[in-house]
Amino acid sequence: TLVARSLLANDFQEELVIRPLHSGDIYASFQFRTLWETDFMRENKVSHYRLFPKSLGQVISKFSVRELHISFTQGYWRTMQWGQPFLPSPPGAELWVWFQDSVTDVDAAWKELTNVLSGIFCASLNFIDSTNTVQPSASFKPLGIVNETDHRFLRYATLPREIVCTENLTPWKKLLPCGSKAGLAVLLKSEKLFHSSFFSQTVHIRPVCQDRECKTTSWELRQTLNVVFDLHTSGQGKREWSLFKMFSRTLTEACPLASSSKIYIDVTDNPQEEYFELSPATPLLSQAVVLGDRRTFSVYDLTQQLFKSVSDLLPAGSMLRPLLHAERYVAGYGLQTGEIHTVMYNNHPFRSFPVLLLDSVPWYLRLYIHTLTVTSKGKDNTPSYIHYQPSKDRMRPHLLEMLVQLPPHSVTEVTVQFERALLKWTEYTPDPNHGFYVGSSVISALVPSSVAMDTNITQEQPLFSSFFPCKEESSYFVRVYTEPLLVNLPTPDFSMPYNVICLTCTVVAVGYGSLYNLLTRSFQIEEPNPRLAKKIANFIRRIRGVPLLS
Amino acid sequence: MAAPLTLLLVVAVTIRAALYRSSLAEVIAERVEVVSPITAWKRVIEGLALLDLGVSPYSGDVFHETPLVIYLFHFLVDYAEITFMLADVISAIALYLAVKEYNKQVVRKKQKFALEADRYPQDCLELIRSPKEMLYIPLKVAMFYLLNPFTILSCVAKSTCGLNNAPQIITPHCFKISFAVFLCLATYQSIYPLTLCAPAMLYLMQRQYIPVNYRRASFWWFVVQYLFMYLGSLFVLICLSFFLLGSWDYLPSVYGFILSVPDLTPNIGLFWYFFAEMFEHFRLFFLCVFQINVFFYTVPLSIKLKDHPVFLMFMQLAVISIFKSYPTVGDIALYMALLPVWSHLHRFLRNIFLVSCVLLACSVLFPVLWHLWIYAGSANSNFYYAITLLFNVAQILLVSDYFYAFLRREHHLIHGLYLKKKDGSEATLVLK
Repeated sequence: TLVARSLLANDFQEELVIRPLHSGDIYASFQFRTLWETDFMRENKVSHYRLFPKSLGQVISKFSVRELHISFTQGYWRTMQWGQPFLPSPPGAELWVWFQDSVTDVDAAWKELTNVLSGIFCASLNFIDSTNTVQPSASFKPLGIVNETDHRFLRYATLPREIVCTENLTPWKKLLPCGSKAGLAVLLKSEKLFHSSFFSQTVHIRPVCQDRECKTTSWELRQTLNVVFDLHTSGQGKREWSLFKMFSRTLTEACPLASSSKIYIDVTDNPQEEYFELSPATPLLSQAVVLGDRRTFSVYDLTQQLFKSVSDLLPAGSMLRPLLHAERYVAGYGLQTGEIHTVMYNNHPFRSFPVLLLDSVPWYLRLYIHTLTVTSKGKDNTPSYIHYQPSKDRMRPHLLEMLVQLPPHSVTEVTVQFERALLKWTEYTPDPNHGFYVGSSVISALVPSSVAMDTNITQEQPLFSSFFPCKEESSYFVRVYTEPLLVNLPTPDFSMPYNVICLTCTVVAVGYGSLYNLLTRSFQIEEPNPRLAKKIANFIRRIRGVPLLS
Repeated sequence: MAAPLTLLLVVAVTIRAALYRSSLAEVIAERVEVVSPITAWKRVIEGLALLDLGVSPYSGDVFHETPLVIYLFHFLVDYAEITFMLADVISAIALYLAVKEYNKQVVRKKQKFALEADRYPQDCLELIRSPKEMLYIPLKVAMFYLLNPFTILSCVAKSTCGLNNAPQIITPHCFKISFAVFLCLATYQSIYPLTLCAPAMLYLMQRQYIPVNYRRASFWWFVVQYLFMYLGSLFVLICLSFFLLGSWDYLPSVYGFILSVPDLTPNIGLFWYFFAEMFEHFRLFFLCVFQINVFFYTVPLSIKLKDHPVFLMFMQLAVISIFKSYPTVGDIALYMALLPVWSHLHRFLRNIFLVSCVLLACSVLFPVLWHLWIYAGSANSNFYYAITLLFNVAQILLVSDYFYAFLRREHHLIHGLYLKKKDGSEATLVLK
């Protein structure tokens, strides 16, 4: 297979993983991977695109991108009810890019890149600017081949306010080799996908090694789509679902350009087919270690057999409790100050592990780093590494990165106080009382695994278990995103600019006027100056010859 | 006079110490009327914490104090309360000594000389102050400063305004050119005391009997000496600040911040709401206008009041406190402390009742309307802004009233107190 793979300079695989969750929801994860052995950084431009989408290839070569990760998510992943996702993503849009070290002006390249991507995905990524971009120093290491990690070439930005809808899904589907005409992408119809508890579409581009010695490298493009259907609220009375019920489409044929097209149904909780049965049944079972857990999957190869439905699905047993889980909220009252609390749960019974917490807070919430407290089990827990970059008003946000050791079976709380700023009236959104979003915190950790992870990169692995590189067997990489925060700021009265200018200038003029009078005039005795009416009256009286008025 | 002064100091320190120990200290330290982005103690602590983290305090937009403050509090952060109480005490003593010196000068030099020279018209003898009635004025001034609620609040909040006030107060006490260093220190902390150069120079010239005549060489020679001293010490201070942190970052962070007003946190001044609602196109224009407004009254006031430099200093302090970019109640307390020196002007004040009522009412309404806007949500920013406007109008009226009374007394001292019109009936004086 190694020889066969190296002959395939261009390779496309697609897979769908369906996992019933313990809360009664169904988690469906699509992954489409294109591998292409080419060199985008060469002088003569690549012009013959076959499976790799041309728009993304041009983006990579024009902006000298080494890695690009973009995700659009609607909804928040509920870790405690659903377990860990295969690919985590924060609500809204998230974009992080590693540039090649040949780039001289990374900020200009970043700005152009966000605008180009905004056009490709029909999303408002053009709102990404220096006020919400940060350069994390430790949290977002490259996921592909790592040459050197100078974080000057890394840019990370989130738009928590971004909404995902059909017009983002359509250009995303167009990037697939078969489009939405054949293969698994046929199932991606927006009327069902956006009627779900969680929807996330991502694009990941990175260079990967083809073999263990890394003699040949190729560019990997992964497009993933994660969706969680809540079948209770979708009006399904009976506990049986099929692909048609979930996606309102059936599979017609496998994508002819795909070298493999598979569906994996997670049957770990259904070993003797006591809770549900699949139809059509398949004898193919495979096991994979994913997220520190060994799971059993029924495999359907679409090139041979089409999958239809599952009947009688019941929630089974107890799920593996996610070892790392986090929450975030704003405490305090009023519009002057507040406190951000980030709570991290380590559910491992006896192992402690370090986590890297990344917080990017907009400049208008002025953080006071001297109020930062980290407590575990009620006691102080000093982080071993703190990287803090304070914000500059209207230029860059706060960046706080910390390495915190989470004790076993404990809750760690990180609190920091902030002050809310009054902005200029033009800097508020049209709905200022909705509030301002603060992007999700990112918690990255190597979590100890009870099951030995697979570190062999070239072995045939399902796509969903081979995304995060695995360097050691005893732990796996987990990234957890917290909720985004919604914070209210004090607002000026937007109807009053002219009034305010006039009133304030009046006060200044009162000061100026009084001082001017006192400085330029002198005291004089007032001689009576008869008013006009009196003057006329006196004039008439003089004519008449009667005494004058005083 | 030492005993009453000592008693006053003890009482003042006791009040402050009692408030420090109470739970009010934290509440007061958060009040926007008492602290501003330039003077807040929370930000000083934040700057020191950033320095400990290895990040320059000026790389962010939270810390706007001068490097000398970092240097000072790097060693004194545990004794901060004592430092601020000491600053207040030093200011009070400096005020006491300065006013005593000024009174002596008024009695001895001006009045005695003029009386002997028979300069005063006969009927205005009641305007002349006797040493007896001026005996308690220095104590009253020190009391007005130390026991002023504004000063107490400023001290309990540990606002660095108290540290800014101390050099400004020592300046009129100076009778040597070398004391230009104190004025330089005050200018270094916030730019506005630059305008106090003129009254300080005039005061020194008066003490050294240099006539204020721009045609005389001695006048220019003195000005050159003073400016040399002043600019020299300013240059030394700025270079010292560079060497503390090794960069010029503090210049835009401190002086750029004061002049360009990027932070629109509400305070008792006029700038914040004005620039929050400003049309972007005109922002720079109005910024320049408002900043020039502070410096602009120096020359006209100096020309008019060149024979009365202490009153000029009072006027300048008032103008700075009202029109500066981030005023706090500590700045107001500074010029209000000097009001007892002009207690003889009471008979000529026209609006004093109105002004004091308005000031009192506004001081009470500030926290109320802030609470309604920020916490209760039942008012909006216009309410607080209205009280700001009213407060500033009251201050302007107060200052211009005292100016009117001063000028009127001077007029009476020259022309007599009971003036008559041409036909012999009682006259009214107007400004024309």
